[in-house]
Amino acid sequence: MPIPRFWREIKQRYKGIGSRCENCGKIYFPPRKICPECRRESFQKMEEYELEGKGEVVTYTKINEPHPEFEMLSPYIMAIVETEEGARLTGHLVDADIEDVEPGMKVEATMRKLGEESRDGLIYYGYKFWPLDR
Amino acid sequence: MKPKDDVGIKGYAGYVPKYRIAPKEVGDVWGKDGELMGRSLRINSKSVPSPDEDVVTISTQAAKWAMERAEIDSDEIDAIYVGSESHPYAVKPTATIVAASLAASPNLTAADYEFACKAGTAAFQTCMGLVSSGMIENGMAIGADTSQGAPGDALEFSAAAGGAAYLIGSENILARFNYTCSYTTDTPDFWRREGEKYPQHGGRFTGKPAYFKHITNCTNKLLKETGKEPGDYDYAVFHQPNGKFPMKAAKKMGFSKEQIEPGLLVTRIGNTYSGAVPLGLAATLDQAEPGDKILVTSYGSGAGSDSFDIVVTDNIEKVKEQSVPKIEEVISKEEFISYAKYAKFREKIHDGGA
Repeated sequence: MPIPRFWREIKQRYKGIGSRCENCGKIYFPPRKICPECRRESFQKMEEYELEGKGEVVTYTKINEPHPEFEMLSPYIMAIVETEEGARLTGHLVDADIEDVEPGMKVEATMRKLGEESRDGLIYYGYKFWPLDR
Repeated sequence: MKPKDDVGIKGYAGYVPKYRIAPKEVGDVWGKDGELMGRSLRINSKSVPSPDEDVVTISTQAAKWAMERAEIDSDEIDAIYVGSESHPYAVKPTATIVAASLAASPNLTAADYEFACKAGTAAFQTCMGLVSSGMIENGMAIGADTSQGAPGDALEFSAAAGGAAYLIGSENILARFNYTCSYTTDTPDFWRREGEKYPQHGGRFTGKPAYFKHITNCTNKLLKETGKEPGDYDYAVFHQPNGKFPMKAAKKMGFSKEQIEPGLLVTRIGNTYSGAVPLGLAATLDQAEPGDKILVTSYGSGAGSDSFDIVVTDNIEKVKEQSVPKIEEVISKEEFISYAKYAKFREKIHDGGA
């Protein structure tokens, strides 16, 4: 990932800053410039919105054949989480046993290392999820 | 060093990764009697960070919970100091990443500290000074580490991961710092050269002229300057590189087992270096009552100690109702792993592509 891209996305990766359409109130993550429902009505009406970081598992899967960057974590769980604000996002689910995971499970965001550019390169940090009742 | 005005702890919290390894598991690999080693060090297990955890992630989690406990907003933090000997970058501050993750950026001062195992309490003193002088309202002092021992080294039985964060200010404090003092010398007991992955240590030299000398001299200095005696304190927290040293030092200075036990976490999580005293103090505060007096002395190789005289205020009652996890809740979540998995997690072995 180029340095400028990671730097631009720090707010959303560290703090879960998404966007809220002032027209219809819908919350998006990652942030959008235009609300797909309101279209031109939402032009210049998208404001920054910080997600609380709490939500529920919508669906999940166990990854046995990891992306090369996540070799050290294999096997790991990926989940689609719907936040309390209604935004849906994909993330790792850590500190959880696959047997205990189910749709509706309450989770919370925590900061983890997402990867690194190289052994001597930049470290990418960002949110992952863990069970609220760990 | 007596603070000019009221200065104390507004919020605190600790985080320890959930993975554990037992001394037997380490000993079996290197042909040593791990159980005997564990008994002699009084370490039953030590914490191990997951490959996606480091000082930034540990500090961030602890700091988030500390802010929740202090009930303050991120823009009220005026300073962040992170003390560690395992900062993820040699050059690029941990503190800026922690500040950004708390949304405390950009209107604050931030820096990283390193003083072996006492970098966290050095951050306490800095925040105390800034608050006491009126330069800042709130400062965040963090001590965290993911320390390493070379494969086969005695440190593999103890070097662990964890940290705690303290929000230091003058209003609505849970505990007041009455006094602090330090004792600092040039003692070559433990070091890691620039660019080296694993530290070196002086073996038995790390005991008498290093740990015991600094801990006892600093504690006795605090007792003398405040006119107190060991019996005046309800609790005492000493640096805990293993379970044996703090017990021995406490006994020598006249502190009882009961005074130090609530803050003695090393037997369960190992030596968390810069995180050790901050975590021990957090566990002690978790069970403290208004008016309780706590003596704290850290130790960092190289070498130095910082002592603190702390008195708990009535505000500690609110901690009991908060949902912020107490240290016991955090460290009771544990999953034991094999040496092979530990070696992978600590990057002692790599996959072929790495």
